[in-house]
Amino acid sequence: MTAFDYAPAPESPSVVDIASSYGLFINGEFTDAASGESLKTINPATEENLAEVAVAGEADVERAVRAARTAYERTWGPMPGSERAKYLFRIARLLAERSREFAVLEVLDNGKPIREARDVDIPQAAAHFFYYAGWADKLDYAGRGAAPRPHGVAAQVIPWNFPLLMLSWKIAPALAAGNTVVLKPAETTPLTALLFADLLQQAELPPGVVNIITGAGRTGADLIAHPDVDKVAFTGSTKVGKLIARQVAGTHKHATLELGGKAANIIFDDAPVDQAIEGIVNGIYFNAGQVCCAGSRLLVQESIADEVIDRLKARLSTLRVGDPMDKNTDVGAVNSAAQLKRITDLAEAGDAEGAVRWSAPWDLPTKGYWFPPTIFTQVASAHRIAREEIFGPVLSVLTFRTPDEAVAKANNTPYGLSAGVWTEKGSRILAMADKIRAGVVWANTFNKFDPTSPFGGYKESGYGREGGRHGLLPYLIEGGTQ
Amino acid sequence: MTSTANVRTDPGSRSGAAVAEQARSLVGAAELNNTALRRYLHGLPGVDQVGADARAAMLGTRSIKTTAKAWAIDTAISMIDLTTLEGADTPGKVRSLVAKAKTPDPSDPACPKPAAVCVYPDLVPEALTAIGDAGINVASVATAFPAGRASRQVRLADTRDAVAAGAHEVDMVIDRGAFLAGDYLKVYEDIVAVREACQSVTGDQRPAHLKVILETGELATYDNVRRASWLAMLAGADFIKTSTGKVSPAATLPVTVVMLEAVRDFLAATGAHVGVKPAGGIRTSKDAIKYLVAVNEVAGQDWLTPDLFRFGASSLLNDVLLQRQKLATGAYSGPDYVTID
Repeated sequence: MTAFDYAPAPESPSVVDIASSYGLFINGEFTDAASGESLKTINPATEENLAEVAVAGEADVERAVRAARTAYERTWGPMPGSERAKYLFRIARLLAERSREFAVLEVLDNGKPIREARDVDIPQAAAHFFYYAGWADKLDYAGRGAAPRPHGVAAQVIPWNFPLLMLSWKIAPALAAGNTVVLKPAETTPLTALLFADLLQQAELPPGVVNIITGAGRTGADLIAHPDVDKVAFTGSTKVGKLIARQVAGTHKHATLELGGKAANIIFDDAPVDQAIEGIVNGIYFNAGQVCCAGSRLLVQESIADEVIDRLKARLSTLRVGDPMDKNTDVGAVNSAAQLKRITDLAEAGDAEGAVRWSAPWDLPTKGYWFPPTIFTQVASAHRIAREEIFGPVLSVLTFRTPDEAVAKANNTPYGLSAGVWTEKGSRILAMADKIRAGVVWANTFNKFDPTSPFGGYKESGYGREGGRHGLLPYLIEGGTQ
Repeated sequence: MTSTANVRTDPGSRSGAAVAEQARSLVGAAELNNTALRRYLHGLPGVDQVGADARAAMLGTRSIKTTAKAWAIDTAISMIDLTTLEGADTPGKVRSLVAKAKTPDPSDPACPKPAAVCVYPDLVPEALTAIGDAGINVASVATAFPAGRASRQVRLADTRDAVAAGAHEVDMVIDRGAFLAGDYLKVYEDIVAVREACQSVTGDQRPAHLKVILETGELATYDNVRRASWLAMLAGADFIKTSTGKVSPAATLPVTVVMLEAVRDFLAATGAHVGVKPAGGIRTSKDAIKYLVAVNEVAGQDWLTPDLFRFGASSLLNDVLLQRQKLATGAYSGPDYVTID
């Protein structure tokens, strides 16, 4: 052997037990769905069937919301914050203890590489519970006045890109604030949420405090429409977010929406280039670009554009694409056939509109849903691939000449979730962050998360914040106002 | 990355005039002076420390198993400069070190040999005699190692001693004081002069290969590491080396990544391959494999050869041998099953 060929280093699927079928987790136990319906969840990297999962119908939603209401009124609502904190700390510890099990299951159900699930998704999920556990007995200092109150029952609908992490972003602050929860995981990635239900039993969380009901869009709509829901939290597409906003308008329900994005990752000519290349790669190929805050628009100063693109292509050629269970895989599978079709369609639109497509010659698996890490150069602001969220490993490269032009192009989008600025000049970082209308502006880094840091959007990327003290506020009502 | 191994140009084969011409051309100045060098070195892209550390940490998570591990272990052994640099070094110690290099694992004659033994200049003759025709190089530190705090004449005399004694490779130290004071020209001229001394050989002796030790632990910032790397390459270094092993921190993975980026970019700019040698602090097989992963993914597979990548180490060899025995037998042996030198 003359080359350093990494031998396969597969993580073992046997560390997690997957049942052949799952019911709904309502009032602390798994029950069959009254609807009698079910759906299959598959491994997107192999198209193998993983399990059959119940679909909650209206009667099931009714049961779940009632269980949450009862728990809110009888156990969780009256419980002192210091006692709630103990449960949250226990959940965090159990997540850390069982992290390998959760990581493997996330990979099987979602298609993301084990390196990401192991190093990002699961540790971050545990960290979220740790962080909000600390808030549970300190709500007086959250900024909602003395003795703020929870809303009551929170209906939470989460996406498939970070199944367990998004669950933690939703459940941890809701419980810390004293709400009870009915959560619906995504249709294609329900399994880690169901394993989390198992963990809640292990943690002996009182029945009904968290209810997890599976199903597709219809189940989510029924849940959000339920009249006894007080608080709605949704992460997902802008299209569905708009439907939800209409649905809750004029009701007593409060809503937090974390929607799409088309983030600009801005590279100035004085950027630390090698780290910027890593930031671009991390920005758009992390989780195969299926990230709402992905740095999908690369805005590079024209004077260094050729150099940056050459370096980026060389770097992409070293990315390892394939079996998500292999510990050395950098880019895994796309989550579903539907998502693969969307990515493929938009990439074809890029070709048709005259952008230039490039990807390294990878041998992609024949089974499963795969799209190679791709760069489009010569993209103009008017192209669809510069405007629409692709939600895949596709980078659109645009250039700019001056800082003002970079700001104008970065803001020229209906979205405003995140952005990146790369420059060695500190004053420029501050000036850019001030002018870019995005909830998060990363400086000389990208896709960095911490439970203490708020995250959320401007414009069509939604409203409300998750993470940090700000992430607690949507789950609290001003003290003394009710 | 496409391999350019078969068209590799050896920087050591170029004349001093060719190196100087290339340096002037890269810097874009008719005459090299501190102004021109400063402008050029400070015009290199900066290194963001957090990002560089994160990149190295990510490379450190690669899982190298079975056949890949066996290959990496044998490759790592063949890249070791087995080193003793102590005031207490004696002819007996050096003979023992050479014996270890010639027979790393007495239980397995197929075990690869380290690339070189590395000693102080006065012990070069002892090392050469002991090596005989075993095909192992003798590397000698020189230039008032490790501090380098001596006049250029003394540093050059030290180098000439080592070369005259027959050292195949010279590991020089840069004047960190001059570098930190911004006197880049002095550092450059030192290296050029030492290189000349390495090439001043008579008869059929081959010029000594020059490794330039940056002592990155004293340069402190990654920006400085990048600038010093380029300065050494401009001056005609065959290798850039992290550390003397006498300063803490010695080699680190992020520093080595920054240097690998520098040699990769130097190849793109000039067509010449410069080697990289992390030294000091690499003690385990696991560490060595992380470095090889970094070489593979940052500089590219061209560099996966003892001609272009070395480990400066002493205790590393035995840990690698233990891992090698474990792969062969399936069981860990123990420190009494590898020899001390």
